Amino acid sequence: MNWIATRMTAFLGSDVLYRFRRDPVAMAAFAVMAAFVLAAMLAPWLSSMNPHDPAQIDIMNSEIPPVWQAGGEGAFPLGTDIQGRDMLSAILYGLRISIIIGVFAVMVQMTLGVVIGLVSGYMGGKVDAFFMRLADIQLAMSTLMLAIVALAVFKAAFGADLYEDLAIVMLILVIGFAEWPQYARTIRASVLAEKKKEYVDAARVIGLSAPVIMARHILPNTLSPLLVISTVQVANAIINEAALSFLGLGMPVTMPSLGSLISAGFEYILSGAWWITTFPSIALISLILAINLLGDWLRDVLNPRLFKG
Amino acid sequence: MAIVAFLIKRLMQAVLVMLVISLIGFSIQDNLGDPLRELVGQSVPEAEREALRDRMGLNDPFLEQYWRFLGNAVQGDLGISYHFKRPALDVIADKFPATVDLVIGATIIIVLVSVPLGCWCAIRPRSWLSRVAMGASIVGISIPVFLTAIFLIYVFSVNLGWLPSFGRGESLVEIVPGWTTGFLTWGGLSHLILPSIALSSIFLPLFIRLIRSEMMEVLEQDYIRYAWAKGLAPRRVWFLHAFKNTLLPVITVGGVQIGLMLAYTILTETVFQWPGLGFMFIEAVTRVDTPLIIAYIIIVGLIFVVTNTVVDLIYTLVNPTVRLVGAPS
Repeated sequence: MNWIATRMTAFLGSDVLYRFRRDPVAMAAFAVMAAFVLAAMLAPWLSSMNPHDPAQIDIMNSEIPPVWQAGGEGAFPLGTDIQGRDMLSAILYGLRISIIIGVFAVMVQMTLGVVIGLVSGYMGGKVDAFFMRLADIQLAMSTLMLAIVALAVFKAAFGADLYEDLAIVMLILVIGFAEWPQYARTIRASVLAEKKKEYVDAARVIGLSAPVIMARHILPNTLSPLLVISTVQVANAIINEAALSFLGLGMPVTMPSLGSLISAGFEYILSGAWWITTFPSIALISLILAINLLGDWLRDVLNPRLFKG
Repeated sequence: MAIVAFLIKRLMQAVLVMLVISLIGFSIQDNLGDPLRELVGQSVPEAEREALRDRMGLNDPFLEQYWRFLGNAVQGDLGISYHFKRPALDVIADKFPATVDLVIGATIIIVLVSVPLGCWCAIRPRSWLSRVAMGASIVGISIPVFLTAIFLIYVFSVNLGWLPSFGRGESLVEIVPGWTTGFLTWGGLSHLILPSIALSSIFLPLFIRLIRSEMMEVLEQDYIRYAWAKGLAPRRVWFLHAFKNTLLPVITVGGVQIGLMLAYTILTETVFQWPGLGFMFIEAVTRVDTPLIIAYIIIVGLIFVVTNTVVDLIYTLVNPTVRLVGAPS
């Protein structure tokens, strides 16, 4: 894995880091994202209770408003939900689930998309035509629609109880499979550009096999577009997970992600318990906004040809 | 000649996609519950069940059953909804106008807001309004559509009490038998406003950015320079010469987005309890109403395939410079 090391030194010496230090928006976005990721990782130590453990939840504590409102209690800084769960703990654990699903779903997309994109771009011909038409069709159908239909069918087929246990894996797989075309198209485009360069001819002349040329020689040169779309894709995956959970097709209320917390609180917004929906929503929006701002900035830095903004 | 070949190729592809969708729909039917139990309940003896199975053809080979399913589907028979006890297609036809109202409402908002704003951002990229619009668009992309919907309900229905928070209201006008719309009365319109805004919110940032970047690209072209050199009025250059040529890519992308909008109607309709297709689908999933689920998948698949094929065809017809996909280059 020598190229990772050389790549890293190249990255640190490049102007990416220099421009990052001079861009307050990028730095703020990165700080917010890092804070969220850190909070999610340290959730068990930061929260006062484990919201997944029914033994720690006391129904007598339900619907306590946040601490600064009349009736709030110091033990529950952001109030409690309808089952008596501490909102802050629930959000921290929910953040954890949302981020895990987002990151793993993107890893599935990336693996599929990179392999298909490399093969498609390098081989060309019938293989290429087949995969690219498949990508067109799948993109035209819309990821969210595919995910909703797929999860709805799984839920109906498995039954609600079994589905709740499998939800996290199903969400990762469905969101992962639904968005591979984004990666495949980007990688294919870079492969087509790289393929014409002399180093690829050189590698072929010394007798390297096609898989080795693709993985060791072309792939490292397609890393910057990969990085750019990965940030946006993580944000999309988290939004899609939240939407699916909101529809009741994602994480169950016993093990809530940010989306299922919002969904659970929605019923009570009309009766005045605004905090159950509001705090997870703020966490979700700030996380996604931070990732999107960072992705925008990365695109500007790595693709100077594009319009700014 | 090339155009005819392209047309045939594109249509064949559309048919192929529909076949795949119907195959998926059909295999769902096989795996979701037992249709016999839904029809006769648990109390019928096993021998009688088996006889009924034979008579209904449930023991036939998979392909034969699929073929029969296809034959029925083509004739407009997609089974009978377990919950509504009516043909699934009739249920969908009932719910369809509500979703169309919502999509039209959102489209009107998108066009009215994104066209002027997108053009302004391209013409005056450094003005404060453009900066605000660009900043707001990235915030807009980051807010999930169901949160926008909840926020709108909270502010305009719960706090201010200006607009209703759910349903289509009572005062709908039937324009043709079986097709109602809320656009013609205040009662109907007031129910439409919040859901349409919520649905359009996810597409606005996308369209503003798209129109802006297309228009900026066009403004760099030589013929625009020439128009300036001729001394034409700025308004004439912007709207007659530049804007007209940004429309084509915008319409193509827009056409595909209308199909995408159907996915987001599921979310919007669920929040607003809008009696349309999306809300019906989520309810059908909760009730495991298999025929209705399948009918929805097939109808929505059909809408996607038709819009995409039509948009593709229009694009190739209007813009001859585009290389026909699949034609020798």
